[in-house]
Amino acid sequence: MDIRAQVSMVFHLDKCIGCHTCSVACKNIWTDREGVEYQWWNNVETKPGTGYPTLWENQDEYKGGWEAEDGRLQLKLQSKIGTLGNIFYNRRLPTVNDYYEPWTYDYEHLFNAPEGDDQPTARPISLITGEFMEIESGPNWDDDLGGSPVYASNDPNVGSLTDEERTQLNEIERVMFFYLPRICNHCINPGCVAACPAGAAYKRGEDGIVLVNQDKCRAWRMCISGCPYKKVYYNWSTGKSEKCVLCFPRLESGQAPACFHSCVGRIRYLGVLLYDADRIEEVASSPESELVEAQRGIIQDPFDPEVIAAAKANGVTDGMLQAAKHSPVYKFVKEWKLALPLHPEFRTVPMLYYVPPMLPVLAKMKDGKYDVADAEVEGLKPQLTSLENARAPLAYMANLFSAGNEDIVTEVYRKLIAVRVYKRAEKVGDITQEEAQEALALGNMTAEEAEAIFRLTALPSFEERFVVPPLAREVAIEQIESPYDRKREGGFGSRTAPGRRW
Amino acid sequence: MLDDVLFVVFPYLTFITAVWVGIYRFRNDRFSYSTQSSQFLENRMLSWGSAPWHYAILTILTAHFVALLVPSIWASAISAPIRLYILEVTGLSLALVAVFALCVLVYRRLTTATVRSVTTPADWLLLALLLTQVALGFWVALFFRWGADWYLHTTVPWVVSLVKFQPDAATVTTLPWVVKLHILGGFAIIGVFPFTRLVHAVIWPISYLWRPHQVVIWNKKLTRTSGDGPR
Ligand code: SF4
Ligand code: SF4
Repeated sequence: MDIRAQVSMVFHLDKCIGCHTCSVACKNIWTDREGVEYQWWNNVETKPGTGYPTLWENQDEYKGGWEAEDGRLQLKLQSKIGTLGNIFYNRRLPTVNDYYEPWTYDYEHLFNAPEGDDQPTARPISLITGEFMEIESGPNWDDDLGGSPVYASNDPNVGSLTDEERTQLNEIERVMFFYLPRICNHCINPGCVAACPAGAAYKRGEDGIVLVNQDKCRAWRMCISGCPYKKVYYNWSTGKSEKCVLCFPRLESGQAPACFHSCVGRIRYLGVLLYDADRIEEVASSPESELVEAQRGIIQDPFDPEVIAAAKANGVTDGMLQAAKHSPVYKFVKEWKLALPLHPEFRTVPMLYYVPPMLPVLAKMKDGKYDVADAEVEGLKPQLTSLENARAPLAYMANLFSAGNEDIVTEVYRKLIAVRVYKRAEKVGDITQEEAQEALALGNMTAEEAEAIFRLTALPSFEERFVVPPLAREVAIEQIESPYDRKREGGFGSRTAPGRRW
Repeated sequence: MLDDVLFVVFPYLTFITAVWVGIYRFRNDRFSYSTQSSQFLENRMLSWGSAPWHYAILTILTAHFVALLVPSIWASAISAPIRLYILEVTGLSLALVAVFALCVLVYRRLTTATVRSVTTPADWLLLALLLTQVALGFWVALFFRWGADWYLHTTVPWVVSLVKFQPDAATVTTLPWVVKLHILGGFAIIGVFPFTRLVHAVIWPISYLWRPHQVVIWNKKLTRTSGDGPR
């Protein structure tokens, strides 16, 4: 056992209201500079939709992540020799058109325009060339466009659905969509790190945060292709790749990352997971239908004395172990099995988990009103049928969160429904206890568990949502250099401004 | 006198500059060691320019260096006329590819607004030097045939004399002016190398081949490099 600690995350999609506050919080702190204007380390996509960058999930095109052939893991992109050979031209690199050309407006003109018959306008100016431009697309260009033949229909996850399911997604009265906020998953088998020939991308041992060393990055651009989630971005101005840093400076001072802290829907949870690094390869090369189970399996029980001993032997601090015991992520992912990895079939073993959204049930038009009663399924009480009648096809959710294994998403939904039915019986009382018990049985859970899930979902305090471990970098850094010397000599942060000087 | 300046002083000067400034830059501004790739901004023309350019020029450079480092092996390799022919034809075609690809790259930089806006004067200087150099090289290969052979008896002894610190430019001063320009162009590029993005040429990440895929960095496994803090 090689037990390591990982700062991990859960996003509860039922609670996301698509307000983009997270994206803006991140942008204001990290990507408000030349070269990174188009970078959204946190972005919120509308699903079904094509995402950002466009069609990032299409690995036939982008070749991100890993593939397992006869249990052997290979980067989908290319072999190591292939990397050195293709270094002069990376065929799989998304270009600015797959994102958008960043722009500002000629605001000056509003003040300086000579008097005339028309109102002056502020024309868009490219932030790359400084010239006037036509805006063709921009951030969240497809926001809320569920059901759109341009975006929703081209979602790579709808490809394997039946014709009926596909038509349903686009029918005006049955249209559905939900929001998928995405940050770097800080994977434990990261494709970005593996693909970087310069060794600039790396994972921090103590907390698992994945970073790109700006002094080592040489713009070989392989990390961008290697990451199946397209969460490494190229800074076109400095010639360096940059990515979500999980706000490590905030974490190191005990604060939650900015997108977590500012999240209006309070959908985000942060906590420590302990995992067995000896099994990464085995887990990442499991057969597709077993990937989720395997990934759950690599996460270790923070109360198990054997695990604790192994973790300590590895230098995992007491503070970290303590945080692992209170981790909301552990509860959602391992204990309750409610949160699932996004696209486990990319095999990077992502450490950001999603509670899939419950979607509205199908309704039928009756006497000028929408009615759900008709949608009853034989053998099940109306309250328990929301799974069978959900507007989002289960297959679609399975394509997103369980590599196509519908049993796993079904299990999750049964639990989510059970919690709802149980609480409704208790609070509103229009459901009988008998039905509530039936729901719990279907969800394979106890009343206590339902109560605990309800509390952590609906009523968690700040401290329950974000169990930030003491990263103790100020102590850890002493082993590299004296923090006092460092502070005296260089102050904090980068000693030279990032930019082209030569 | 002029020959001494051009073929003794100039090579030493550019070489020392390259090493000195290159090391200085690596130690003090490692951040700036980047290829400054612009593929993100323009992809299509780059595929016609970058890959052929690099493959062609690297092969040509390798040939230059092999002949320089192991002249005896090179000499025996070209001893049979047929092999010399093949080598000459290959060299000539590669030079043609290099010229063509570089022209594509220059054209791309001139015509794509986004790429133009990330191009510095140093980039233009480098491109101009490289284009002149490969054009001269192509010229030499075309009109001064059997370079694979005469190179061994002119440039090689001269470079060897420079390396041994017993400079003797006699073997190159009698060469035609086009060849001389090609030689000087080479050293000019060495001279500007540390001031431009060309520095990426010396950081080709070969160690990737024997590194494990994953890179995990622990604080505890690094060693302390500075003082102990306040007393
Ligand atoms: S999500 Fe992408 S960038 Fe983040 S660790 Fe995984 S592979 Fe790397
Ligand atoms: S801030 Fe929270 S609720 Fe708003 S879009 Fe981001 S994740 Fe969703």
